[in-house]
Amino acid sequence: MAFTFAAFCYMLALLLTAALIFFAIWHIIAFDELKTDYKNPIDQCNTLNPTVEKVKKIKRVKIALKLVLPEYLIHFFFCVMFFCAAEWLTLFLNLPLLAYHVWRYMSRPVMSCPGLYDPTTIMNADILAYCQKEGWCKLAFYLLSFFYYLYGYVNVSSD
Amino acid sequence: MSAPGYTNRSSSASFGQNSPANGGAAPPFQNGETGRIMVRFCLSHPLASPAPPPSSSAQYSHQPFQQTPYAPPGSYYVQQSCQTSLPQTQPQTQTQPQPQPTLVPAPAAGPGAPLYPIVSYPSAHGCSQYGTLSSLQNPSTPGVTQIAAPLHHYNTAPPPCATGVQPGYAAGSAGQTAPTVNGQGGAGTSEVLAVSIEIQLNCGETSSSTTGSASPAPNSYDSLEGGSFPGGPPSHFTKNTQVRKNVTELICAFDPLPSLQPFPNLSQLSAALGGLSGVPELEVEALRPVNLLQERNLLPQRPQEAPEPNLSPDLKKVNCSPQTFRCTLTSIPQTQALLNKARLPLGLLLHPFRDLQQLPVITSNTIVRCRSCRTYINPFVTFLDQHRWKCNLCYRVNDVPDEFMYNPVSRSYGEPHMRPEVQNSTVEFIASSDYMLRPPQPAVYLFVLDVSHNAVEAGYLKVFCDSLLENLDKMPGDSRTRVGFLTFDSTVHFYNLQEGLSQPQMLVVSDIDDVFIPSHDSLMVNLKESRELVKDLLTSLPAMFSQSRETHSALGPALQAAFKLMSPTGGRVSVFQTQLPSLGAGKLQSREDPNQRSSTKGVQHLGPATDFYKKLALDCSGQQIGVDLFLLSSQYADLASLACVSKYSAGSIFYYPSFHHVHNPAQLQKLQKDLERYFTRKIGFEAVMRIRCTKGLSIHTFHGNFFVRSTDLLSLANVNPDSAFAVQVSIEDSLADSSLACFQAALLYTSSKGKRRIRVHTLCLPVVNQLSDVYAGADVQAITCLLANMG
Repeated sequence: MAFTFAAFCYMLALLLTAALIFFAIWHIIAFDELKTDYKNPIDQCNTLNPTVEKVKKIKRVKIALKLVLPEYLIHFFFCVMFFCAAEWLTLFLNLPLLAYHVWRYMSRPVMSCPGLYDPTTIMNADILAYCQKEGWCKLAFYLLSFFYYLYGYVNVSSD
Repeated sequence: MSAPGYTNRSSSASFGQNSPANGGAAPPFQNGETGRIMVRFCLSHPLASPAPPPSSSAQYSHQPFQQTPYAPPGSYYVQQSCQTSLPQTQPQTQTQPQPQPTLVPAPAAGPGAPLYPIVSYPSAHGCSQYGTLSSLQNPSTPGVTQIAAPLHHYNTAPPPCATGVQPGYAAGSAGQTAPTVNGQGGAGTSEVLAVSIEIQLNCGETSSSTTGSASPAPNSYDSLEGGSFPGGPPSHFTKNTQVRKNVTELICAFDPLPSLQPFPNLSQLSAALGGLSGVPELEVEALRPVNLLQERNLLPQRPQEAPEPNLSPDLKKVNCSPQTFRCTLTSIPQTQALLNKARLPLGLLLHPFRDLQQLPVITSNTIVRCRSCRTYINPFVTFLDQHRWKCNLCYRVNDVPDEFMYNPVSRSYGEPHMRPEVQNSTVEFIASSDYMLRPPQPAVYLFVLDVSHNAVEAGYLKVFCDSLLENLDKMPGDSRTRVGFLTFDSTVHFYNLQEGLSQPQMLVVSDIDDVFIPSHDSLMVNLKESRELVKDLLTSLPAMFSQSRETHSALGPALQAAFKLMSPTGGRVSVFQTQLPSLGAGKLQSREDPNQRSSTKGVQHLGPATDFYKKLALDCSGQQIGVDLFLLSSQYADLASLACVSKYSAGSIFYYPSFHHVHNPAQLQKLQKDLERYFTRKIGFEAVMRIRCTKGLSIHTFHGNFFVRSTDLLSLANVNPDSAFAVQVSIEDSLADSSLACFQAALLYTSSKGKRRIRVHTLCLPVVNQLSDVYAGADVQAITCLLANMG
């Protein structure tokens, strides 16, 4: 079992993909909670819950901002690593996602802090639906890539 | 929304008598030719009066009315000359010819019967238009009021052929007219116009005898429209030719749009008609272009009525007023597929805090609400028996609480359906402490004024101070009302107005990077106690800064100071700004290139340049502070960025481009009027609004000035009688098993007197599954309003 740089890359990618899966799940949960806010069960006071929720929501959006950049950076780090390890197939599979991340970041709403989500427009149903779909797609992609890296690791380290 | 077609008939005779007077009144036009036609037309009324109207043959007496809609646009000039009479007549929309101060239509003014046929189709509201015409005619100058209605009639798809007397026949003909309209409706205004022309021709055809009559005209109509339906009774034929000719003349005269957008049918029409009747003026009229820069009064003077939903009379009687709550389609399509086929937007327009003449206020210990969806009880619920009711939004069966069984109005027991909550669709509840997060706040008003050199030049300060002095007592509030003032140029100035001081003290904070509140707590003072000081300040304020040479404007720091001042209580901040903010946080660059103003690339810079104001607005909204912006600048002031501060904090934006107190008297007057309304209108604080709809419908986009806190919960820091909202609705599940769709808007607010109230509006609409019914119930004004907000 040769411990090459490529094997090391795959190992690291495996571990970091676990983190990415975690981010994707958090992303999904955050948007689902935003979406189902109105389905709060019987609340006596119209203002009490929403005030708390509203603070939470803004905070949640800020957390999302904190989630978004690390995710993009980690993924960018993967791509660089695979480039260095000359694993071209893996690199090509990750390039579309990298391009998508770049596009998403460039076309974000005007804001002073780095982030993607604007609290005033996020409750629009179309944006909310888009974000949810994005979350699910990313989760699927990261899961698949997790197993792909696992296979790749075994493959490379048994060469 | 009652249709006083009934009153028409009774006064039709008087109309006929008035028509010569109309002819006499008509001539003073600026547009000679149309005037001529108008005169001719009016004079022909007595002749044509027994002839059948374009649609229903039985409504002979309505004939004169129906002819008036085809009055040419030039007729509006008559209105200008007789302007004095019109405004007073406008409020008298649907009542008997006695002036009534309110716009509330007399719900049961006319007998019940004529309401019924008028229910069905949009043409019904045409009938009511005629009703208004006739009733208005008697007290005022006849010629004026006749002309008012027709133009917008024409512009809307529904044919002005009134149904009415004979329900069966009328419904039939109107039903047949509707599909032809609807089949082509929706694409562009000129198309709509052309279509309505065709419809009127259709009506013309029905009224007259059908093809094969002596006049060659019907044949051409047939070929033009391609769709004919059984004509009316062949009697009164000779009169018909006269009528029809007049009708067609005016139709052709009245096509402003084809000059803008060539529409083949219209030109064919005019050519055919021009050749047919052989009247030389007709050809000229048919191709008369309309110069929009000269003929500016193309729109109707009187507000157009909304179409009535197709409901049973007792439901219609209690349905929400369309001035308050309006849907773009008064018949909701059953499925999303049908809605997509109709290619019309489905949405609601609300005006929840509108000034109302009568508002039932319920003081009850328990507010009856559905257990699952929390809908307030409304007139459209069904009572299964005396003790259970079924929610009309989620279909859940609830119990009627015992205290609800007692009806305080009639002092009777055991009739829950007679209670005022169930008899009125707009009610106001007095909210208990469950609905309060904190004790209701007092009315707090803060005025943030720009006093830079630019502002002194513009001269708004005197106008503001005079207006406020005049209206200081009329501002909504009670004994707890507080006011404060903040002025800023390159520094921020606070005013200590504590009672007991001989004159107001000014405190200047020049550290604009980190604005702090000078440690006086009397910067926001009780109005009653410090009234004299406030008045002193207002009288001396314009003079204080008349020699100012400061050119910078530190709006951002001033707003931050305002936020800090108002955070403990919430309230309303009124910001007056006359230039681009150039100092401190939130300073903006002049990003407009004047050379690009007329570029063909499209308008740029429509979005905010920075999100400082948006963030500030969100913070303000969280503290229940509403920020209203008055922008009085003569140069580029980046309203796109500044407006965010009002948009998300539920404030209002007033814009006066190139304001100057001497050189621009129009804007000065506008400011004075706006200020008077602004200071004296009602206000609600710390409000939230929730819109609920029947199961199967859901709201997906909101338009207006507010912050969407949750999927259908809008957070409004301030709500005022002029604030209106639009939402878009989508149909998620098929509504096949329900015949009625309901919407409920509930606004929870604190009144200016510190009382917590809930205003509930409920709207009920029928559900249809035919495309033609969807088009028949389309409310063009509402659709236009929604489209203007979308995108």
